[in-house]
Amino acid sequence: MANDNTQYRFRHTVGGRTFGFKNLADLMAKATPARSGDRLAGVAAETAEERAIAQMTLADVPLKLFLEDLLIPYEDDEITRLIIDEHDKGAFSVISHLTVGGFRDWLLSDLATPITLERIRLGVTPEMAAAVCKIMRNQDLILVSKKCHVKTAFRNTIGLPGHLSTRLQPNHPTDDLTGIAASILDGLMYANGDAVIGINPATDNVAQACRLMNMMDEVIQHYEIPTQSCVLTHVTNTIECIEQGAPVDLVFQSIGGTQATNDSFGFNLATLAEAREAALSLKRGTVGDNVMYFETGQGSSLSANAHHNLDQQTCEARAYAVARKFKPLLVNTVVGFIGPEYLFDGKEITRAGLEDHFCAKLLGLPMGCDVCYTNHAQADQNDMDNLMTLLAVAGCTFIMGIPGSDDIMLNYQTTSFHDAMYVRQALGLSPAPEFDQWLKHTNIFSDDQFTLNHKIPTAFETSLKRMLGDH
Amino acid sequence: MKRIFPTHPIEEPVIENPWQRLREFTDARIGLGRAGISVPTKHLLAFQLAHAQAIDAVHTPLDIDGLIENLMSQSWCPKGQPLRLHSRAEHRDMYLQRPDYGRLLNKASEQTLEDHAYLCDDEYDLAFVIVDGLSAFAIEENVTPFLGKLIPQLTSGPEPWRIAPFCLVEQGRVAIGDHIGDLLRAKCVVVLVGERPGLSSPDSMGLYLTWSPKVGHTDAFRNCISNIRTAGLNYPEAARKALYLLNEARSKQLSGVKLKDRTDDSVLEHENDNNNFLITQKP
Repeated sequence: MANDNTQYRFRHTVGGRTFGFKNLADLMAKATPARSGDRLAGVAAETAEERAIAQMTLADVPLKLFLEDLLIPYEDDEITRLIIDEHDKGAFSVISHLTVGGFRDWLLSDLATPITLERIRLGVTPEMAAAVCKIMRNQDLILVSKKCHVKTAFRNTIGLPGHLSTRLQPNHPTDDLTGIAASILDGLMYANGDAVIGINPATDNVAQACRLMNMMDEVIQHYEIPTQSCVLTHVTNTIECIEQGAPVDLVFQSIGGTQATNDSFGFNLATLAEAREAALSLKRGTVGDNVMYFETGQGSSLSANAHHNLDQQTCEARAYAVARKFKPLLVNTVVGFIGPEYLFDGKEITRAGLEDHFCAKLLGLPMGCDVCYTNHAQADQNDMDNLMTLLAVAGCTFIMGIPGSDDIMLNYQTTSFHDAMYVRQALGLSPAPEFDQWLKHTNIFSDDQFTLNHKIPTAFETSLKRMLGDH
Repeated sequence: MKRIFPTHPIEEPVIENPWQRLREFTDARIGLGRAGISVPTKHLLAFQLAHAQAIDAVHTPLDIDGLIENLMSQSWCPKGQPLRLHSRAEHRDMYLQRPDYGRLLNKASEQTLEDHAYLCDDEYDLAFVIVDGLSAFAIEENVTPFLGKLIPQLTSGPEPWRIAPFCLVEQGRVAIGDHIGDLLRAKCVVVLVGERPGLSSPDSMGLYLTWSPKVGHTDAFRNCISNIRTAGLNYPEAARKALYLLNEARSKQLSGVKLKDRTDDSVLEHENDNNNFLITQKP
């Protein structure tokens, strides 16, 4: 509570009591729905009342203030510079008269059509998105996300309304090619893999990455699958792979929302620009040239001790400025991977997943979600069912697909091949159109109603017989 | 010839996947089949059992008395009574939410080590710090057989390592080894810690080595060997890697990113590397 008015930038009086907030970062942190990472950082509201008051105070802050009151100084952080230098004043003019609270009303109103939302995108900064997100309920986040359409393309078209894509994630603890091939086959037979076939390598070096890239490229070419591959190795490794002539479709990197976070990850904006140019030079896309794949997740800045006392959701939204700069095919938040010290239970993971998806979509990113949890978090498959369903309703771009939800390399649980088929059938969501055609043509899908064929398709039957023998 | 691919119409509610036999090549849960498009009951319940075991691995406390008794009965046990220590995280819920508390010893444990250093002026080359981490089960299962492979090699060479009494820590994280090594004035600390349990690996143990341990060291100062367990990196192989790192650390007087385990730079080799069955044509 505020005793000395001079030390507070924001004040709010309720029933004769005045609450004070030191600065915009403090106000945003205290307005954030409760989560363990903000408590760990010591930036969370101390009481439920203080949080509710902070949300009221934040609702009165004009959006314009976010362009003046910078959370991390312009001189200190290249992401702040990116956000400010690339801010589109024309796009902003549509909403520049609004407060944070007024922005929520506007987003939910009929004024915010998919076309208007696309028009204002470059006028919205990550901090504005983060701020309005903090005063929105889960249903608000879902409803507005659904209105934000973001289309990207490489060998297929991702993000069309009424569609949901999946990353086929065939990880193996020793990168065994037969084991990986077995998981790829399993995923394809369950109609997964249109977002990307993406491997987290067990051994993270250039030679290993090239080996896996070649393997996936062969499979994609042999079966003429309209999809793309990616080895989720460090961006500098992928640059080397390209130099060595490896078949790189997408360049991967984990990104954070502060320069210091990305320093700790061993890259900066210039590295990403170099990698994107290198991948574009290969001209491997057939229907589009979005060549980047980014992963994010609340808590990474705090984990790198690079959060500048910002709350973790605001740091996360700032990462989307980095992603937006490089026109990615895919971005996903790995929402429950980081552990209970950042998102404690199913409730916090669910909220964070919806927040990340909303902020990214509002900023114009092809946002997917690794709907996941670790065994030391208070969460289970039912929590994942809930979040996956909510995100699918919200128009989430893609989710992960893995055999039986069990990642035997990264030791966590994410959505399964079966789960993707569940949301397709429950909500009538198609894979990317080119991939959908391939599924029907190959006889993996038996008809238009997302029904799998009982019989294994001929091309794959031949390969399988080769492996198992016909005896 | 018996066909492996059904040709007749399927009338059972569960549709089996003919490729389930590929499970001999991977632990991934492939070929589960489907009831409609959903996971069949049998596999749903098997998954839930595996998750239950992983949760139990996180929440079951380390049996310190049993472990001490077991270690002290080994011929290679370093001399001196093992030291029982506790982090600043008082209980598991606090441990899970406050990693910073798990990295430091509580006051009583600091006193224990200060008293030990005061009473005993032995110089130590190496301290083993055994930490429950996220799986006490991993520690109970792997510590004794792994150390049984490693310690005899450390004490038998031309320059035998002088090893401190074992330190056993409850509610600890990796970095607590630096606090302990610092207080013991050990030249090197090796932390054995229960790793975050996976569904198919609730018993995986990690090893972290720091030369010249000091509070505040980051991961950049540590070398790691992961997934030590019978079904993962087996004990002789893990001991070989640990011995390599320890000897390198001692000769270079450093650890961490500057001390590369060169074996990790190579591509993992497999006999079936040319047998990606999705592609390869049979000759």
